[in-house]
Amino acid sequence: MPHQRAQQLLEAASRIILGKEHELRLALTCAVAGGHLLIEDVPGVGKTTLAHVIARLIGLHYQRIQFTSDLLPADILGVSVFDRDNSAFRFHPGPVFAQLILADEINRATPKTQSALLEAMEEQQVTADGQTFTLPAPFFVIATQNPTTQIGTFPLPESQLDRFLMRIRLGYPAPAAERALLMGEDRRELLQRSAAVITPQDLVDLQRDARQVQVAERLADYVHRLLAATRQSPAFSAGLSPRAGLALLAAARAWALIDGRDHVLPEDVQAVFEAVAGHRLHLAADGRNASSQHLRTTLEAVALPG
Amino acid sequence: MRAELQRDTRHWLIATACLTVAPHTLWLPSWLSALCAILLGATLWQAARARRALPRMLLLFIALAAAAAIKLHFGHFFGKDPGIALLAALLCLKLLESRSSRDARAVILLAFFLQLGLFLNDQTLAIAALALCGTLAATVTLQSLHLGAQPVRVRLRSGAMLLAQALPLMVVLFIFFPRIPGPLWGLPADAHSGLSGLSDTMAPGSISELILSEAIAFRAAFDGPLPPPEERYWRGPVLSEFDGRSWREARFSTAAQPPYVAAGPAYRYRLTLEPHNRHWLLALDYTDQAPPGSRYASDYKLLSTRPLRERIRIDLQARPQTRPGAQEDAAVLAAARRLPSTGNPRARALAAQFAAPGATPAEILQRTLEHFRDARYVYTLNPPLAAADSVDDFLFDSRAGFCEHFSSAFVFTLRAAGLAARVVTGYQGGELNPVDGVLVVRQSHAHAWAEVWLPGEGWRRVDPTALAAPARISTGLAEALPAGTVLPLLMRAEFSWLRQIRQRWEAASNHWNQWVLGYDRERQHELLQRFGIGDTGWQRLALLMSAGIALLVVALLAWAYARPRRGDALDRAWAALCAKGAGRGHRRQAWEGPLDYGRRLAGACPAQAQEVHAIATEYARLRYRPPADGDAVRALAQRIRRLKLQ
Repeated sequence: MPHQRAQQLLEAASRIILGKEHELRLALTCAVAGGHLLIEDVPGVGKTTLAHVIARLIGLHYQRIQFTSDLLPADILGVSVFDRDNSAFRFHPGPVFAQLILADEINRATPKTQSALLEAMEEQQVTADGQTFTLPAPFFVIATQNPTTQIGTFPLPESQLDRFLMRIRLGYPAPAAERALLMGEDRRELLQRSAAVITPQDLVDLQRDARQVQVAERLADYVHRLLAATRQSPAFSAGLSPRAGLALLAAARAWALIDGRDHVLPEDVQAVFEAVAGHRLHLAADGRNASSQHLRTTLEAVALPG
Repeated sequence: MRAELQRDTRHWLIATACLTVAPHTLWLPSWLSALCAILLGATLWQAARARRALPRMLLLFIALAAAAAIKLHFGHFFGKDPGIALLAALLCLKLLESRSSRDARAVILLAFFLQLGLFLNDQTLAIAALALCGTLAATVTLQSLHLGAQPVRVRLRSGAMLLAQALPLMVVLFIFFPRIPGPLWGLPADAHSGLSGLSDTMAPGSISELILSEAIAFRAAFDGPLPPPEERYWRGPVLSEFDGRSWREARFSTAAQPPYVAAGPAYRYRLTLEPHNRHWLLALDYTDQAPPGSRYASDYKLLSTRPLRERIRIDLQARPQTRPGAQEDAAVLAAARRLPSTGNPRARALAAQFAAPGATPAEILQRTLEHFRDARYVYTLNPPLAAADSVDDFLFDSRAGFCEHFSSAFVFTLRAAGLAARVVTGYQGGELNPVDGVLVVRQSHAHAWAEVWLPGEGWRRVDPTALAAPARISTGLAEALPAGTVLPLLMRAEFSWLRQIRQRWEAASNHWNQWVLGYDRERQHELLQRFGIGDTGWQRLALLMSAGIALLVVALLAWAYARPRRGDALDRAWAALCAKGAGRGHRRQAWEGPLDYGRRLAGACPAQAQEVHAIATEYARLRYRPPADGDAVRALAQRIRRLKLQ
């Protein structure tokens, strides 16, 4: 049963990352939905650990790219080097050719470098010197970024943000979890000792199953009304796009699958709504990303029959 | 709109026409009923076989022929009967040529009108029920013109809903509409014909014909205990004049005061008389304190100042133990002793034996009573045809008869012996309806008994029938007749279940009569006074009515707007659960999904947590995992109905 494997994975991950069940679940949902994840938070709350844990527990081929202001596109995608033996250029694949990529502090690189990764994410392939190289499957990018107010950052433009299925925040751990963290053994060692719970093939199967989760007419209607509500709300500068609607449904499907259902409920949509819509909506007042409070208000404005 | 009629609408239309015309066949001339049946049959055939419509010329010809036949039958086109006949024929013809929804609408309007027409002929509960069915069918048909195909149950329900919405308006109009005196529906001419009841003459056979009728003569609702059966004599015409064959009423005078001093225990009752076109009120002997509109006759019956052409209701009081007539007028007594000069010689001879010289009237009466008791006369519904000397024939030859023979022979014998005596007709007994405690008196309770005048005592009631068949008085007709007599169905003991049904039905009819048909000015006044509305002038009523209607319209509008949008059966079932939860103080938030709400409600009601959780999960599955299966939806709805949150 695929969803039982997903549950096992979540349980194992929760043992390493304490008190972040919901965020872990969202991250897995994002992977099962076949999207990419953006984690935005201050340094030191466990963004990198989360990416590590996922890679380790699924047994994915993992690459970490630390983004800096002098990082170049070729540093990510790879370079063509002249091979003397064959008298031809040979492509040396960059770190992007991995199953899970942690793009750390993506907003510290220049827009040119950022867009190189984002294009690769979107196309699932890399083109160099007229040759196309397909990226491996599954292909999952976890990017982290520091809050945009920090010095030395190039904020991702809206169109690039849209390429991430979800954006989540980790936040500080709950008091009990934090005490356990301080008292317990080193997370890195714990991570080193843990083995894969599922295989990459399992993730591919989960992704396929998620696409087959049913969406009733009534639910599509609910999603539509939710989209309409963001478009009509004076709080947002622009409402959610149809692509955002599709993203919302894809995420809800994956969430329902992990919950062990073959059909999407409004609860699934509500559970992923903040993660899917948060970085796609901007406040009309100051142009910043919509807060949880605004998203919650939007959800509560759309009634379900009964 | 020239849209073709849907097949389904056509069927509804035919059903409506059948339901509308069927009750009218009770009054329509039989040839017209047959014509309607043929036309409806033709429509049905046409619909079933999808045949083309009949040529217009043929329809026109049938219409003209039917109109001519109606004119021939009734002699004119005016008035209720030919009018309804014409409309019924037109309804059937219009149905036959109906092609578009415009035609259908005309048929439906005609059907509505004919439902009203039913009440011109009959206003009983049964007819009202039939009219309601017809109206429902017409409403459903009207709906089916506008809505697409739907299951019959859904159609009927929404039709009934529409009618139910009109109900409050109907009630307001019924209560407040100013009443005019007279019956609500019956036309004045109707009351003059076809009513059965007692008559003011009595010849052998006149009562035994009446007695086979189960029709209700009147009802009496007593305040408190009923008088014992032997005191239940309801007085009708008093017959003093005998011509050798039939008895007639003598002349009498009327007065506002009773010609006797009432004494003994009093019984108060409300009498509801069916119309019989005569003046007599058939009050229980002997009335005390006659209500306005009635007068006492000198022979003690109570009369109405106007003939009873509609059902009336009066409150009366009787004192059965009154002894009237101690000082009787000499002319009355002379009339009560008079006999034809010839005829019935054997009876006269018998009377001469009783009136031996020196015998007191009381002794003569005693001997006559003993003779009637000892002679073993047979009480029968089918007496042999009387010969010319009917009294002799009964007393000596056939020795079998009915109450009229008994009373006639008894009074004749007493008169021949020199006593003053007379025949009293009316009703005796009555059956108590256990459903509503009302005493129902039917035509089959018609009876004739005798009164004898004794000096110093006055008129004494003697029932000679009771001497031969005591059961007639104490238990009823069926018991008193010899075994093997063919009785009307409902009088037989083995049909007691049928009688029970009839009792329920009659109790319901009585309420209908009292409160719907009998809701006249007086009742209106009575009812409104109970609500503190003393002034019931028509201006006041019109004001109240308009205010009531305005209030209703506002209430209906508010209801229509405030009502949450209702979805399908599954939505309604879920809404029912949410309402139950809200009743326990856990209202579902508008945006709350089924599982979330189920979890919250389960947490709040730990005793039913499992069931609530199961219901929420099932609802979520049915709602969001199409297609939902109807049985599962029904099962879920039932499960929710059965759930009791604590």
